[in-house]
Amino acid sequence: MIDFFNKFFRPAPPSGATAKERLRLVLLSDHLSLAPDVVESLKRDLLAVISRYVEIDPAQADVTFERRDHDVAMLASIPITGVRRPGYDESPEPTPTPPPAPRSVRYDASPVAESASRGVAIAEKTQAPPDPVSLELPMTPDPLLSPAVASESTSTEVEPKSTATSAAHRRRRRRRKANAAAKRSAQAQSGPPLNASAQA
Amino acid sequence: MMEAFEQPAESPQAVRPLGRAIVITSGKGGVGKTTTTANVGTALAARGAKVVLVDADVGLRNLDIVLGLESRVKYHLLDVLEEKATLDDALVRDKRSESLYLLAAAQTREKEDVDTGLMKALIETLRARFDYVLIDCPAGIEMGFKNAVAGAQHAIIVCTPEVSAVRDADRVVGLLPNDWRPELIVNRLRPLLVKKGKMLSVDDVNGILRLPLLGVIADEPNVIVATNRGEPLALDALSETGAAYRAIAAKIAGEDVPAPDVRPASTGIFNKLGSLFGKRG
Amino acid sequence: MSGRRIVVTSGKGGVGKTTTTVNVGAALAKRGYRVVLVDTDIGLRNLDLVLGLEKRIVFDIVEVIEGRCQLRQALIKDKRFESLSMLPAAQTREKEAVTEEQMKAVIVELAETADFVLIDCPAGIEHGFRSAVAGASEAIVVTTPEVSAIRDADRVVGKLHALRMPMRVIVNRVRPDMVKSGEMMSVDDVCDILSAELLGIVPDDEEVIDTTNRGEPIVLDETKRLATIYDKIARRLGGELVPFSNLDEPGFFGRLKTLWKVG
Repeated sequence: MIDFFNKFFRPAPPSGATAKERLRLVLLSDHLSLAPDVVESLKRDLLAVISRYVEIDPAQADVTFERRDHDVAMLASIPITGVRRPGYDESPEPTPTPPPAPRSVRYDASPVAESASRGVAIAEKTQAPPDPVSLELPMTPDPLLSPAVASESTSTEVEPKSTATSAAHRRRRRRRKANAAAKRSAQAQSGPPLNASAQA
Repeated sequence: MMEAFEQPAESPQAVRPLGRAIVITSGKGGVGKTTTTANVGTALAARGAKVVLVDADVGLRNLDIVLGLESRVKYHLLDVLEEKATLDDALVRDKRSESLYLLAAAQTREKEDVDTGLMKALIETLRARFDYVLIDCPAGIEMGFKNAVAGAQHAIIVCTPEVSAVRDADRVVGLLPNDWRPELIVNRLRPLLVKKGKMLSVDDVNGILRLPLLGVIADEPNVIVATNRGEPLALDALSETGAAYRAIAAKIAGEDVPAPDVRPASTGIFNKLGSLFGKRG
Repeated sequence: MSGRRIVVTSGKGGVGKTTTTVNVGAALAKRGYRVVLVDTDIGLRNLDLVLGLEKRIVFDIVEVIEGRCQLRQALIKDKRFESLSMLPAAQTREKEAVTEEQMKAVIVELAETADFVLIDCPAGIEHGFRSAVAGASEAIVVTTPEVSAIRDADRVVGKLHALRMPMRVIVNRVRPDMVKSGEMMSVDDVCDILSAELLGIVPDDEEVIDTTNRGEPIVLDETKRLATIYDKIARRLGGELVPFSNLDEPGFFGRLKTLWKVG
C-alpha cells in the first residue's frame, strides 16, 4: 500500500541517499564543532583557494574527516585535472580549456555553487539551505555580483551528460561575462582582487 | 543575567498571554519523543499558533535533523544560557512554517552543563513569546530529564506497547510534579500483532499507566522516510501518522475532537505486568 | 585468565542494546562460555525484564557496591542456560549512586570467573554511560540504519575512540525491503559513515517484541532466524571468521534478487 502511494503520489528520490548526505554534513559539523554554514563556507573557500593554483574537478571533490588519536583531521580529496596555463592572471577562474578526453565536465546531482564573481565553478556534494540534495534549486547569487551578472550566473539545471558540451559552452560564456564584470569592478575599486573576498 | 533573553524592542508580544510549556518525555529512549515533538509542533504551527520547539537533549541532539533544519543551526541552547548569543540569534525558523521555531541543543557539550534555574528562566521567556513551547526531553531520568521538566507545566508521555517502555514510563510519571496531569500517546502500535497476542494492547499499557489518552499512533515505516528527508509527516496529507499528529494538535489546542486511535480489541494476556509494577499511588 | 569485558552501547535509546546484550549473551552461553550480563541502567532497569528473570531479583549492583551483600548473592543464575548469570541494576536509585571506579571494580571482579562479561549500557553519554564504559575493555556499538541513531552512534564511537577502546558495530533492525527501495540506508552506508568494523547485521523482526514480552531470549528457539544470526555474532566474538549470510529467501524478503547480507 505504501509502495503504491510512493510510486504515484511521491515521485521524490529515495530518501536513503538524502539521509546519508545530510548525515555526512551534520557529522562533519559535529566533529569540527562548527556550525553547518561555517563548514560549507570552509569547503567553498578551500576549493576556491586550491583552484587558484591548479585546475580541479570540483564535482569529484570530497571533504571528509577522520578520527585520530588526539584530534579530528579534515581530509580533502580534490582531483586535479590540470595545471594553470602560463600567463595566468589574478582571476581565480579555472581556465575553460577543453577537458582532456575522455573526461568531460559534468555535474553530479548536487546543485552547483557557482559563484560567478569569482569565476569559479564549484560543485558541492552537499550544500547549505535550502535543500542539500535537490535537483532543481537555483543558486543564491553572490551579493558581490552586480545584479546583471547575478541573473546570468544562476544555474537551475542539472545537465544530463548528452548535453554536457553545450552546457559547458554556456558556462564558459557566463564565466567570460562574469570575469569581465569582475575586472571592471576590480579596476573601479583598485582594491584587492575579488577572489580574496571568498568569504560567505 | 536576563539580558540575553530580552524580547526585541519591536516585539508585538508585549501583552500576549503566556504560552503553554509542555515537555514530551518517556523514560525509555527511542519511543518517538523527538518525532512527536517535531510533528505536534508542526501541526500546531500549521493551525496558526506560534510554536517553539526546544531540544533539551544536550550532546545528542536530533530535533534539528528530524525537522530538516540541521544545516541552519548557528547557535544553540547553551550559547543562549551562557549569553554567548541572543535568543533571536539561536532561534531557527522552520523551512516550511512561518510560525514554527527551533532552539537546538548543543552537540558537543554535556547535559550537566545546563543550569536548571537558567533553563526555567529561558522557558518563561519563551512562553512570553510563543503560544506553545514544546520541550523534547532526552531519554533517562537524570539531569537531562530534570532540566527538560524545569519550567514546563504539562507533560506528554510517549510510550510504545512494550514492557520496558511501559515500565520506564511508569517510573517517569512518578517523578513528575504531583499536581501535573500528564497525557499519554501510545506510539508504534501494530494492531495485527496485538490481535495475534504478540504485542501489548493500549488497554494493557494504560491499565498500568492510567493516564488520559491523547492519541494512539500506528507503527508506520514512513516515519523513517520522513526523518531521512527531514520532512515531518504532519505535513503529509496522505499519511495516517500525520493525521494522527494533526488530531493530537487539535486536542492540545482545545478542540473537542476524539483522540486519534487505531486501537484493536484488548487481549489482556499480560497478567504478570500487574504484579510487576504494583499500583502507583 | 580473566574474561573479556564488553560494553554494549549506542548513544541513542531504543535501538536494541538490551535485546542485543541478552541474545548475544545467551548465544555465547549456549556455546559453552561462562557469561555474566550486567545491567548498569540504574533507575531504569530492563535487562531483568527482557531476560525474564525479574521475579528472582533479591539484591542489585548498588547494594553490592555499598557492601550490603556479596556479589555472588546478587548474581542470578539463568536456569535455561548452563553458564549464564545476570547482575541486576537498582531500580529506585540514581546513576550517581555509583562511581566509575566502583563500577569498574565490580566488573573486573566478575571477569575473574567468567569468559565474557557483557555490560548493558544506558542510553546517553552521561555518567551512566561513562561508568559502564569504565568497566569495559572493548565495545559493541549498536545502531539502526536511521539518521538519529547513526548520529548518536557516531558520538559514542568518538568517545570510545578517544579511550582507544576496540569496538565493533551491530546494525540492528535492518529492513531489506526498505533498503532495496532506497528508503533506508544500507549496512554499508552505516559502516562507511561510522568508519567501524561490522560485527553483525540483525534484520527487523517482530518476534523480538513477542519474546521480550515473555522474557524469553530469542536464541532459545533454534528454528528462529534471529537465533542463527545471534549465534553467528557469538561465534565472531569468539574469534571465528563467519561470513555474513546472503539471504535470498522469497516470501520473506519479497522480490529481492540482489544479495542482502544479514547475520
